[in-house]
Amino acid sequence: MNLSNLTIKEATLGLKKKKFSSNQLVKACLDKIKKVEKKLNAFITINENGAIDQANNCDLYFKKFGEGIFEKKPLLGIPIAIKDLFSTKDLKTTAGSIIINKYIPPFDATVVKKLKNAGAIIVGKTNEDAWGHGSSGENSDHGPTRNPYNLERVPGGSSSGSGAAVASGECFMATGTDTGSSVRLPAAYCNLVGIKPTYGRVSRYGIIAMASSFDTVGHLTKTVYDNALTLEITAGKDSYDATTVPKDVPKYTHYLEKSIEGLKIGIPEEYFISGIDEKVENKILSAIKQLQKLGGKVNKISLPHTEYAMATYYILVPSEISSNLSKFDGIRYGDERELFGDEAKRRIMLGTYTLSSGYYDAYYLKAAKVRTLVKRDFEEAFKKVDVLIAPSSPTLPFKIGEKAADPLQMYLSDIFLCPVNLAGMPSLNVPMGFIDGLPVGMQIIGQQFSEKLLYQVAYKYEEATQYYKISPKI
Amino acid sequence: MNNYIPVIGLEIHVELKTKSKMFCGCPADHFAKKPNSICCPVCLGLPGALPVPNKKAIEWTILLGKTLGCAINKVSKFDRKHYFYPDLPKGYQISQYDEPIATKGKLSLQIQSSKFKVQNDSSKLKNEEKTFRIHRVHLEEDTGKLIHKGNETLIDFNRSGVPLVEIVTEPDFDNADDVKRFLEELQVIVRYLGISDADMEKGSMRLEPNISVREIPNPKSQIPNISKLPITNYQLPKYKVEVKNINSFRFVKQAIEYEIERQTTLLEKGETPKQETRGFNSNKQITYSQRSKEEAHDYRYFPEPDIPPMIFNDDWLKQIEKQIPELPQAKLERFVKDYSLKFSDAFILTRDKKLSNYFEQVNSKFKIQNSKSKLKIKNYSQSIINLIINNKLSKTLTIGEFVNKVIELLAPKETDEKLLGATITRIIETNKKVVDDYKSGKQNAIMFLVGQVMREMKGKADAKIVINMLKSKIQSSNVRSSRFNRD
Amino acid sequence: MKKKSKKIILSRQEILHLAKLAKLRLTENEVQKFQKQLSAIVDYFSKLNEVNTDNVEPVSQITELVNENVDDEINSIRILSLEETLKNSKSKNNDFFKVKSIF
Repeated sequence: MNLSNLTIKEATLGLKKKKFSSNQLVKACLDKIKKVEKKLNAFITINENGAIDQANNCDLYFKKFGEGIFEKKPLLGIPIAIKDLFSTKDLKTTAGSIIINKYIPPFDATVVKKLKNAGAIIVGKTNEDAWGHGSSGENSDHGPTRNPYNLERVPGGSSSGSGAAVASGECFMATGTDTGSSVRLPAAYCNLVGIKPTYGRVSRYGIIAMASSFDTVGHLTKTVYDNALTLEITAGKDSYDATTVPKDVPKYTHYLEKSIEGLKIGIPEEYFISGIDEKVENKILSAIKQLQKLGGKVNKISLPHTEYAMATYYILVPSEISSNLSKFDGIRYGDERELFGDEAKRRIMLGTYTLSSGYYDAYYLKAAKVRTLVKRDFEEAFKKVDVLIAPSSPTLPFKIGEKAADPLQMYLSDIFLCPVNLAGMPSLNVPMGFIDGLPVGMQIIGQQFSEKLLYQVAYKYEEATQYYKISPKI
Repeated sequence: MNNYIPVIGLEIHVELKTKSKMFCGCPADHFAKKPNSICCPVCLGLPGALPVPNKKAIEWTILLGKTLGCAINKVSKFDRKHYFYPDLPKGYQISQYDEPIATKGKLSLQIQSSKFKVQNDSSKLKNEEKTFRIHRVHLEEDTGKLIHKGNETLIDFNRSGVPLVEIVTEPDFDNADDVKRFLEELQVIVRYLGISDADMEKGSMRLEPNISVREIPNPKSQIPNISKLPITNYQLPKYKVEVKNINSFRFVKQAIEYEIERQTTLLEKGETPKQETRGFNSNKQITYSQRSKEEAHDYRYFPEPDIPPMIFNDDWLKQIEKQIPELPQAKLERFVKDYSLKFSDAFILTRDKKLSNYFEQVNSKFKIQNSKSKLKIKNYSQSIINLIINNKLSKTLTIGEFVNKVIELLAPKETDEKLLGATITRIIETNKKVVDDYKSGKQNAIMFLVGQVMREMKGKADAKIVINMLKSKIQSSNVRSSRFNRD
Repeated sequence: MKKKSKKIILSRQEILHLAKLAKLRLTENEVQKFQKQLSAIVDYFSKLNEVNTDNVEPVSQITELVNENVDDEINSIRILSLEETLKNSKSKNNDFFKVKSIF
């Protein structure tokens, strides 16, 4: 039995039934890492000794307290990976960059603390587009990560390493951040479930900030259940983060089986007129048919400001990036600012421009107003429907190096994903099948704090399609 | 011939003495702590750290704003102010830009005419009331501290993140004395509110005046009282000079006057002073040009995304307003009026709210005891104040102990009149020259004799009785003096 | 996307000024590259002029939270030791961080 191919649900059951130990689970992941890491480059740091120690502790815990311990520690003994944008105490955190290549945080991000408290074992820190800047993984200062389903292709970004690590079985769950695409795209390209939660649902404390009013903290797993279980742990108000909302966190896993009969599904018409790959379009139409079979009622809806979303996004996000990267002055940590990569420099320059005196009103302020209109589009839509369905990407996972060196082109490819971040809404990517052996994904978008519903829809769809069972041949 | 009038506006920073820092739970009390010993991810600016505002700091800023007569903005927020400097860990300071907590206030002061020093008595206040307008009061975080050591600059982040209130006045000042007086009054007000120690030497109150000088072409025209003119009535000079590093009250006057002189000299030569920031060198007592940090700063302000905006609830604002105590100016006037105190004494007392309370409590307790006793001492308020101010009695005495001491000192002493009579007779006989001086008109000569008598009596005599007895004995001892009836 | 005629909206002066504000030392290559790229991107931004934003409030907080703050209490859990504080710095002098003299 290849332990690293299990889901979290299966692994936990196995641990409870004493079919194997946590030590064996971790060893299976570490073996997988040894086998495939050279090809994938999914990790920046591997925490081998630490993980084994933690695994042994978990086994002791279970021995001492028995099955009941899983109530308090739902992820006990499960090997996970943390995107290298998250501060991990005493474990190197690089943000995928060379500037803080040697930075060792003296504290844990809140989410890391919560996952540790839940018994999860950190096997390593995953590779990413440096500072979160990118949607392919090619902007990492540590070399690109490759897609386990096709090594010539990108795994999606910026949580590229997290996508590759979970898909290949190097770990059972990996955290990510989604500011414009960065959990959903790697989830789509790597046949995974990826959640971009409502802004304010999960604490950002300890996560290196990219765009403060956009960053959300999510994660990637093989299945919907695994994903829902993890959100139960990471979500919730944090007194260290003033932008987290004091709303109760439901037990998402308890509602998965609910029928979606009568679910009102909205199809944003603007998403189907932009340059979407024909095969992808066919795939999404089949997916929609599947949802109708499950009881969903389809409505066409309009998000009229979609065409302005990218300009709005690329004014506001680099502005906040330029501000957030000001703390890297090389004095208390890190190296000189000259070592910022090309993409980071470009975004810093752009953001400095849009905030500068004389331009602030025309750009930042204007974009902040258009953002209100984009949000309103979604709010209006959700008066008529329960969820929106859209492809996560207009194209298949592309070849490494294929996307032109034209930054504007790259920016415009996130057209289906960014508007959700502008509005602060949650979105869940669920595997939608394969085209020419390459995974594609579907986004289920809901209104603020509707994660419970998103998981229900995804669960039903997953039950009917079971694409997660198709592992990469790596 | 032109007249030159200084135009001075003030930027004052006050460190709040909250328990914790502005955006994190580190202790705010940083004075004399080991370097870099009270830092956390937030105030050190580590990646991933997030700010969460200190409610008390917000409350105290509102309190100060209301005390200074400001309007409190219903909606307020924090903004990021960007610039690079080694003591600024995030590369931006969290401050307030276009929606500060308080705006448009004023502080009115009784400014004594410069001919009268405060120490001189004047119960008729020969004062002028001047009003200085407050432009805004806002809240921000402090930076770390830089220490210069040879060719290195050392950085200590203990102070980073301490709450700082910034008070900006309108350019209503035209001389250094008024600035000093304003600052002193502000210091006392801030101490009365209990929100800061406002100690210039320790850096918990800092002043950066903006100084310009403008020409009045017609010297014969009356020099306008700038603060009484609405701002549209005159044009501000086209430049202003900011002066930094004034870290004591005694340097305030020196720095400002030097700078006014420097600018006036340039203007007289037909030159316009450069718009710049200058430092103050307290040893040489001059201002000097600081290496100008590029052109005008572009701070690229934008709303702080990590902190939701503040919307102040009317009830909360009313509650805060109730916390405003009787202010020093009002207390001063009341003391002069109700206790018939000298202005100078009341002034000294009201610089310290605790001391003022002490005085009032001693006074009222004494009043009660006095009315019950046989003695009925008069003018005790002034005596009490003398005792407090001249520090003859320790301020560490409880109210009760102090009152008893006062009674002991003021109560007429039991006098052995027979012994006294004999003593006085003796003193008169052995001091004939002094007695003659007194009789020939030197009134003060009697005090010498009183002193001699008191010494002989070892203090066990009531002063009034001594004087009266002395006078009558002198009277009766020399019938020939023609002046003694005058007493 | 078809290539339009490239408008150079940002002058070389502006690029140099931005680099100074952002404390980035650019190579000549980078200056020219960014001038081209940023001009194209900023040109794209002009699309927003088509949107009527009269009477529209800018987003101030997408969660619509207000008044988030904490009581004035000391939190000793988060305070870092001197060692932790200085650990990641390349430039320190005993208990201090250091930089080349700025005066």
